[in-house]
Amino acid sequence: MFDKFIGVIPLVPLLPLIGAAINGFVSFRGWRPARSFVHAVACGSIGISFLITLGAFFHFVGLPPEAREMTLTLWPWIYLGAVHADVAFLIDPLSLTMMLVISGVGSVIHIYATGYMAHDKDYPRFFAYLNLFCFAMLLLVMGSNLFMMFIGWEGVGLCSYLLIGFWYEHKPNAAAGMKAFVVNRIGDWGFLIGVLLLFWTLFQLGHPTVTFTEIREQAPLLVGHAWGGVAVVTLVCLFLFVGATGKSAQIPLYVWLPDAMAGPTPVSALIHAATMVTAGVYMIARLNFLFSLSPVAQTVITTVGFSTALFAATIGFAQNDIKKVLAYSTVSQLGFMFGAMGVMAYTAGIFHLVTHAFFKACLFLGSGSVIHGMSGEQDMRKMGGLKKYMPKTFLTFILATLAIAGIFPFAGFFSKDEILWKTFSAGYYFQWILGVVAALGTAIYMFRLIGMTFLGNLHEETGGEKPHHPHESPASMTIPLMILAGLSIVGGFLGFPESLGRLFGLHHSNLIEGWLSPLFHHGVEEGGELGVPIAEYLLMFFSLAVAVGGSYIGYLFYTTRRDIPEKIVARIRPLYQVVVNKYYVDEIYDAIFVKNLLRLNQGMNLFDQKVIDGLVNASGLVVRIFSWISGFLDKYLVDGLVNLVAEATLASGRNLRKIQTGRIQNYLYVAVGGLVVAILYKFL
Amino acid sequence: MPTINHYLMVTALVFCLGLYNVVTRKSAVGLLIGVELILNAAAVNFVAFAHFNGNDVAGSIFAIFIIVLAAAEAVVALAIVVAIFQQYHDIDTTKATLLKG
Repeated sequence: MFDKFIGVIPLVPLLPLIGAAINGFVSFRGWRPARSFVHAVACGSIGISFLITLGAFFHFVGLPPEAREMTLTLWPWIYLGAVHADVAFLIDPLSLTMMLVISGVGSVIHIYATGYMAHDKDYPRFFAYLNLFCFAMLLLVMGSNLFMMFIGWEGVGLCSYLLIGFWYEHKPNAAAGMKAFVVNRIGDWGFLIGVLLLFWTLFQLGHPTVTFTEIREQAPLLVGHAWGGVAVVTLVCLFLFVGATGKSAQIPLYVWLPDAMAGPTPVSALIHAATMVTAGVYMIARLNFLFSLSPVAQTVITTVGFSTALFAATIGFAQNDIKKVLAYSTVSQLGFMFGAMGVMAYTAGIFHLVTHAFFKACLFLGSGSVIHGMSGEQDMRKMGGLKKYMPKTFLTFILATLAIAGIFPFAGFFSKDEILWKTFSAGYYFQWILGVVAALGTAIYMFRLIGMTFLGNLHEETGGEKPHHPHESPASMTIPLMILAGLSIVGGFLGFPESLGRLFGLHHSNLIEGWLSPLFHHGVEEGGELGVPIAEYLLMFFSLAVAVGGSYIGYLFYTTRRDIPEKIVARIRPLYQVVVNKYYVDEIYDAIFVKNLLRLNQGMNLFDQKVIDGLVNASGLVVRIFSWISGFLDKYLVDGLVNLVAEATLASGRNLRKIQTGRIQNYLYVAVGGLVVAILYKFL
Repeated sequence: MPTINHYLMVTALVFCLGLYNVVTRKSAVGLLIGVELILNAAAVNFVAFAHFNGNDVAGSIFAIFIIVLAAAEAVVALAIVVAIFQQYHDIDTTKATLLKG
């Protein structure tokens, strides 16, 4: 009964595009329509997309696992030499999962934004960008070939830039947008190099293609193909991973994401937490058949992933801006996903992507609700005790926090534990330790956030400033929070571990594993043996203990025993300063790259002014001399000849015009005379 | 019984009179009369040749065409003459020189 949804799947990205076009036109013309029109268009388009996706999802669930893959070709696109790319959508469990997350969480956030952005004068422009983002993101995950994916990849980057700098009148916002764009360009460069290298190698092997399904068939050909002593597949994977580090904010290109919090909070939730930043994870999952071929790339990815997880978590301790904490938390959680990708636990990574989309969107929207209630205040030191003013926000926030901290039975426990277990069982012990410490850190800084924001007393540290009047947000904001909090609770049961399921007599309890695994048949084999997996239980208990312990420490330190963190900070003052300043990474980048780039630019400018301009001026002088000579010749020689011809023509014209009297009789005289002459000549 | 030569001599005379008229007259109406004489001489020639060539219909048809053509020409030409008269209060063609370069 759901098969009719398959035919209309092209509408899924198209509707947000139409919505963006309508609101963009309205905004461009400077019209100020009723707000209800704007958000009916925006929320309606993405909502219908979600319903269609849901229908297609139910259709696919009804199909046997091996039939859950189809390509919808709309029209041929690039047929140039060996390149054959169609405008086509690849619909399979992976893209459907992503589509559900994008359109589902996207719809909820659109609804939230109608409340959050209610007083903004650029209301239509905001929703136009938001819809355009949904279009680009859906294109990214639905595209059946690398070019379609690349267009989506660039499109989401553009929308991210537009939305970070949405309040562009304030200069730091515009600068943050620019930073995000430039850093993403570096990643995009890597991604493009990876794509082209892959295509070029496949071309040399006689099977040029950019379509995912065809690359999957040809991937084994790449084995043993080396380029400059390095396996080509490793190079391709590493270049693609550079793209992923840019888009998904991993070391060393994570620096843009915390600054991206300059955008409106719904944007932070949708783009910089739930969807766009997971594009890198999705890309690796989509090309898992390539990454599975390269152990070197896997080690790099998992190491970078878990290092980022720990690194960002430590920065999260020392931030005082509520959104910055969540931003570093996002970087950290993305690190977990990449860690999973690196150990070929693709399902676990996508699972964490989904649960993270739920609880992190909820946290961001909750922080937006707090900021809204505090009239734009983002500094946690000026908050506290909001529990009694904003009960709904507090309740949803605490649920999402329990989920991200990894407390059983909330969503984050299952997904994070799955990743750590897969990492451990794959033998990456060092990376596992990084991950466990990062998980501990996550619990601590999240409860620090709760303690500073919702618990304690308001204005504890305002120091005599004018007190705020916090208030609960409208229903358009709290209902999305409740939806996402609900998903944060139940989302984890999608991936209920097999080993736990067996205790309850369930088989195939890991639904998401069963749903996605046909795609990742190269992945780590699920432990099918029936023995009681003691090690898995132990690790599960261990990570739960870590999460609970971290939560307790965070709660304790930042509510009742605030003296303890102060003492610790006093003990390690220099190290604390380093952490507060985010390890000076921005400053280091500034000193190494930005300053030197500017210096290089200045050098280029000097070179341009002195050398290039000198050459240009010299050649200009030569041209002037030659033109003077040629002008002289032209004036006196050529013009003389031309004038002579002209004078001669004029003179002959002046004389010949006398013949033309304009009197027909004269002409007839001549004609008759000529006739007479002709007759005389004939007969005489 | 007149032969074709009689006809040809008459039409040659009429043609020459018409030509003379066209060449010498200054009056626009006089010119127009000269042109009519020339056309009618030609028409008579056509009919004569047709008659002496086995009574061919084509010649008569030509003559009719010429009459129609002459009528149309007279209409247009007289309209121009009227217009010239309104402009110059004269129909002397040598005086209508406003468009001369």
